Amino acid sequence: MSTHDHDHHHHHDHDHAPISDQDGPISRFELLETAIRELLIEKGLFTAADLHAQIDATESRNPALGADLVAKAWSDPGFKANLIDDPRATLGEMGIDVGAIAELQVVENTDDLHHVVVCTLCSCYPRMILGVPPAWYKSTAYRSRVVKDPRGVLQEFGLELPDRAKVRVLDSTADLRFLVIPRRPPGTDGLDESALAELVTRDSMIGTAEALGPQS
Amino acid sequence: MTGTAANDTRFAPGSTVRVSDRASLGHCRTPVYLRGRTGTIVSVAGRFRDPERLAYHKPGMPLQTLYRIRFSQRDLWPGYGGPADDEIEADIFEHWLEPDQERQRDQGA
Repeated sequence: MSTHDHDHHHHHDHDHAPISDQDGPISRFELLETAIRELLIEKGLFTAADLHAQIDATESRNPALGADLVAKAWSDPGFKANLIDDPRATLGEMGIDVGAIAELQVVENTDDLHHVVVCTLCSCYPRMILGVPPAWYKSTAYRSRVVKDPRGVLQEFGLELPDRAKVRVLDSTADLRFLVIPRRPPGTDGLDESALAELVTRDSMIGTAEALGPQS
Repeated sequence: MTGTAANDTRFAPGSTVRVSDRASLGHCRTPVYLRGRTGTIVSVAGRFRDPERLAYHKPGMPLQTLYRIRFSQRDLWPGYGGPADDEIEADIFEHWLEPDQERQRDQGA
């Protein structure tokens, strides 16, 4: 653009009908987000391509990374101890950057102690390791019920806890994010790390499920 | 972490603390269900920018010490159906914590 006069024409070639990912009328906050996003792009603070690249990067993180870490922890007690003791440094040595936003904590489920993770205030989640959280994790029902009746909620997830297991709910209220190492399923002694990783589900790393059995 | 902390770490792991039951206006990371409740410090999680300032475009200084605190489920919920040793942990900032004077008095007697 050589000059900027007040006879301003829109140069972008789309109409202004907002693209919504849900049916129903657009909310005030969606409208606000769209307006700010378009302004920032028009002002040149970032481009639409930058935005799409960031969305791609965010959505490309998925539970496979977490599953690999759990499989390695099951196979290597020294690695597991380091992962629990200092996740940032241990992952850093593997070239995995957990980012500056929050601190990752790693906890282990055993026959005696079962951890389950929630964020009662919003939907804090170890995105750096597990990607985007499942829809139910953000639901009011899960967030309000799992702190009050964790055993009831876990039963609804189909999880049968060992009789002697104590339940510890981890509420990510602030700057810590939690990754659960589920119990290693029986009958998996001969499996290598990649076979073990296949057994580690997203939900088992939140604590709402066990890892899969080898025959599943 | 950059900057200076509000003060030195006030509570040590193992000590019992009470979460303030004051009201809050605006963004706050202290859940209402824990306000006024007593728990045990598990660990000092570090010093972080104050979310109550950060949420309003302030730098979030001074940094606040964040603690992991363990609560007994039976202390939180009357009629909790699970075993007595079930527990819940949450992260609470120091400016929401006070020494548990009642329990200290009992133990000092």
